[in-house]
Amino acid sequence: MEITELTVHELQEKLKNKELTITEITKAYVNRINEKEKDVDAFVTTLTEEALQKAEELQSKMNSGEITGDFAGIPIGIKDNICTKGIKTTCSSRMLENFVSPYNATVMEKINSENLINLGKLNMDEFAMGSSTEYSYFKTTKNPWNLNKVPGGSSGGSAAAVAANMVPWALGSDTGGSIRQPASFCGVVGLKPTYGLISRYGLVAFASSLDQIGPITKDVKDCCMLLNLIAGHDEKDTTSEDMPKKDYTKCLKNDVKGLKIGVPKEFFGDGINQEVKTRLENIIEEYKNLGAEIEEFSLDIAQYALATYYIIACAEASSNLGRFDGIRYGYRTPEFSNLKELYKKSRSEGFGEEVKRRIILGTYVLSSGYYDAYYKKAQQVRTLVMNEFDKAFEKYDVILTPTAPTGAFDIGEKSNNPLEMYLADICTVSVNIAGLPAISIPVALNSEGMPVGMQLIGNRFKEETILNAAYTIEKKLKFREKYKPEFKGGAK
Amino acid sequence: MSRSDYEVIIGLEVHAELSTKTKIFCSCPTEFGGAPNTHTCPICMAMPGTLPVLNEKVVEYAVKAGLATNCEISRNSKNDRKNYYYPDLPKSYQISQFDQPLCEHGYVEIETEEGKKKIRLTRIHIEEDAGKLNHDDFGGGSLVDLNRAGVPLIEIVSEPDIRSAQEAEAYMRKLKSILEYIEVSDCKMQEGSLRADVNVSVKKKTDTKLGTRTEMKNMNSFRSIVRAIEYEVERQIDVLEDGGKIDQETLRWDDVSGKTFSMRDKEDAQDYRYFPDPDLVAIKLSEEYIENIKNTLPELPESRKQRYLEQYNLSEKDANIITASKYLSDLFESAIEVCNNPKAVNNWIISDISRILNETETEPIAIPFDGNQLGKLVVLIDKGTISSSIGKKVLEELFENPRDPEDIIKEKGWIQISDEGAIKEVVSKILEANPQSVADFRAGKDRALGFLVGQAMKETKGKANPKMLNEMFLEELKRGI
Repeated sequence: MEITELTVHELQEKLKNKELTITEITKAYVNRINEKEKDVDAFVTTLTEEALQKAEELQSKMNSGEITGDFAGIPIGIKDNICTKGIKTTCSSRMLENFVSPYNATVMEKINSENLINLGKLNMDEFAMGSSTEYSYFKTTKNPWNLNKVPGGSSGGSAAAVAANMVPWALGSDTGGSIRQPASFCGVVGLKPTYGLISRYGLVAFASSLDQIGPITKDVKDCCMLLNLIAGHDEKDTTSEDMPKKDYTKCLKNDVKGLKIGVPKEFFGDGINQEVKTRLENIIEEYKNLGAEIEEFSLDIAQYALATYYIIACAEASSNLGRFDGIRYGYRTPEFSNLKELYKKSRSEGFGEEVKRRIILGTYVLSSGYYDAYYKKAQQVRTLVMNEFDKAFEKYDVILTPTAPTGAFDIGEKSNNPLEMYLADICTVSVNIAGLPAISIPVALNSEGMPVGMQLIGNRFKEETILNAAYTIEKKLKFREKYKPEFKGGAK
Repeated sequence: MSRSDYEVIIGLEVHAELSTKTKIFCSCPTEFGGAPNTHTCPICMAMPGTLPVLNEKVVEYAVKAGLATNCEISRNSKNDRKNYYYPDLPKSYQISQFDQPLCEHGYVEIETEEGKKKIRLTRIHIEEDAGKLNHDDFGGGSLVDLNRAGVPLIEIVSEPDIRSAQEAEAYMRKLKSILEYIEVSDCKMQEGSLRADVNVSVKKKTDTKLGTRTEMKNMNSFRSIVRAIEYEVERQIDVLEDGGKIDQETLRWDDVSGKTFSMRDKEDAQDYRYFPDPDLVAIKLSEEYIENIKNTLPELPESRKQRYLEQYNLSEKDANIITASKYLSDLFESAIEVCNNPKAVNNWIISDISRILNETETEPIAIPFDGNQLGKLVVLIDKGTISSSIGKKVLEELFENPRDPEDIIKEKGWIQISDEGAIKEVVSKILEANPQSVADFRAGKDRALGFLVGQAMKETKGKANPKMLNEMFLEELKRGI
């Protein structure tokens, strides 16, 4: 098997047994990036030279016993909205085209202290706003299963890079589905942790009450390991929860007997592709066979989640993105005659259409006279959504839904139709609204040969339950063993 | 109609910088001054991805201020974002409090000509200060200095209970005094750490509806507050008398011309789009927390004043002056500990020290010497080591270059002459030189004695013991009769 096809836990095993060296692993990934990046366009910034150098250093330190550790020398890719000191953090925006952060995000501090090797910064929809990675200022990332299709978004670069074996795993961020939906489109595993489990310090904010960093990996075990690496309270983020550290790999029991799974019928209704429904119904049967208890129920409030999400997310974004004003950093228009013009031109030229659309929407819903009808109402609905989920979790351990209403769509198919693009998030947003953890794992291919993802939603801070449920079905389905992306199509 | 037919309605929004060591949402120092942008970090410079962490001291200080001004303290409070664009506001929003301030419904008492009056406080909330724009002498543009960005502030909002410029001044002085006592702000008005936005409107006494108000921002001296209010009241009455109407607007007070000007850059009413800051968790205060702060609250000016009246027999007027400033009051108390002569210390503070502060336009906080030194000065006079006129010179020295008064008089050779022989010598010399005065005294003109003593003091450069001089002159003069 190719080195780059191995999961991280397999790489760890081979490093431990001295079957592979750090340098060999890094070289294999650098070669893979050099080979596939022209087709996939997953990276905004590649760090191949730096990675090779770091690998040499780490290998010699490893040999001399100066460093130990399970993760030393394991490569990783980072979504380009996570601040990396000394390396560009662009958010795939013209606004931050040349922005170099003066500090590291807390998750980067953790990753660096474990001596992982950063292979580069991964493409995304501008400021994480979008569901296809087509809204990147720099490039459109392609889906490794079919280069004419989108990888999903906004963490499309992260998901595509993992699927294409250009990185063994990656960090993404999820505000309304931005980890899970691209994971689903690219046939990889993506986890949106409970709000508050991972520090947001250094994640360029889109919507502060919804954003969460999370892992995108080849399998569930890797997902647990990366979660181990990044989880934990951070005094720099007061919304991060102070709780004892866990080892998430310990929850993988390969057993779901007696597990209560609720299936909300609203997530299998209109707007969900028939093929997606059929594939997931098969999975539900599999779970039954494995001894889980399945029950259909109604999560009626979910129909309001999408509207609620777009109001809250845009409101927060309109305020969060105000700091990109051309004054201290980022893009500044070359010519202006007064302050107002400096603001207007810098922001008009520096932001893309989708970002501007959301800023305008968010500004509107917070305006006096509209606040009560939109923002306040949305917050009230948010509470109702939370309550409804709380009620569901009194009965069920896990809630099972599709991750996305369809498989990956064609590049260009929805990029000019914002409303249709927003509908790509219909299955994922309620999870962010309620602050819950949810995982997407690939369960089948559709008739176009594109992966179909299943979403498992858990109660707050009950990542273990959904990780084990995902792991058990993963073991049963053996998706990775059966299917591989084929880089079909493409203009090049 | 005449001016007396109008009623003046004034409300103040006072901003006080809190004297915490670090900023409200990061650990940068709050210290005033410093080269531009040296007291900054990624958080207060609003670098992408950074998050605020609320400094607990800020909450504590604000609660102290609330308790000292008779406010109710909210058990549940939160931070909100106030969104607007300006280069000194790096996040493009100020973290403030909108609908759930930490403190509400308080009051302070002021002295007016008609006696005591309560000025009600609507609220006290916490917020962050903005940075500063400096004119660029070389490039011609503006340069942003973010040292002040994130310095904690409390905003104290009064009800429109104030009826004159004098009441506004008394209110502002009272707030300053309270904030100094509870040691939450150093209240240095010149440095802008205490400033007020003044809202003024006028209405006919017979009208029930309030008039349209104007707002004057960032007033940072008592004098300009008084002048600006007086000017604005006149202006508004003139406009109304001429049949015009007042525009609700923000004005800039110009100290030089003594006029207010409309600030043209404010186009429409700003919509700040307040909403709860999702980066910060709600502020929840326990009964125990509030109780603890209540118990550690220091003695406030009002109760100190009462104590001075009873314990030291000060006059109401003197006690008011001394207790108005915590620094004066502390100076008073520590000097008494050294000399045990409250009357004398009181006199020094009320007369000479206050005069020098006035002349040099100095705030009490800037007095360079301490109570120990003042106390020693009083002791030296009480013991007769120096005369009180030398005492005044020692005080001036203390302002110039504060050190132990004993060292000062030794160094300057100001020790009083109390040696009988030496005094006698001077007396004889002066009597000899002034036969006319001697004759006058013997002719019944008592004033001549004063003249002779004065001459002797002049001769000894003020060092002779005046009591001994007096006695000895009398003795000599009477002997000759």
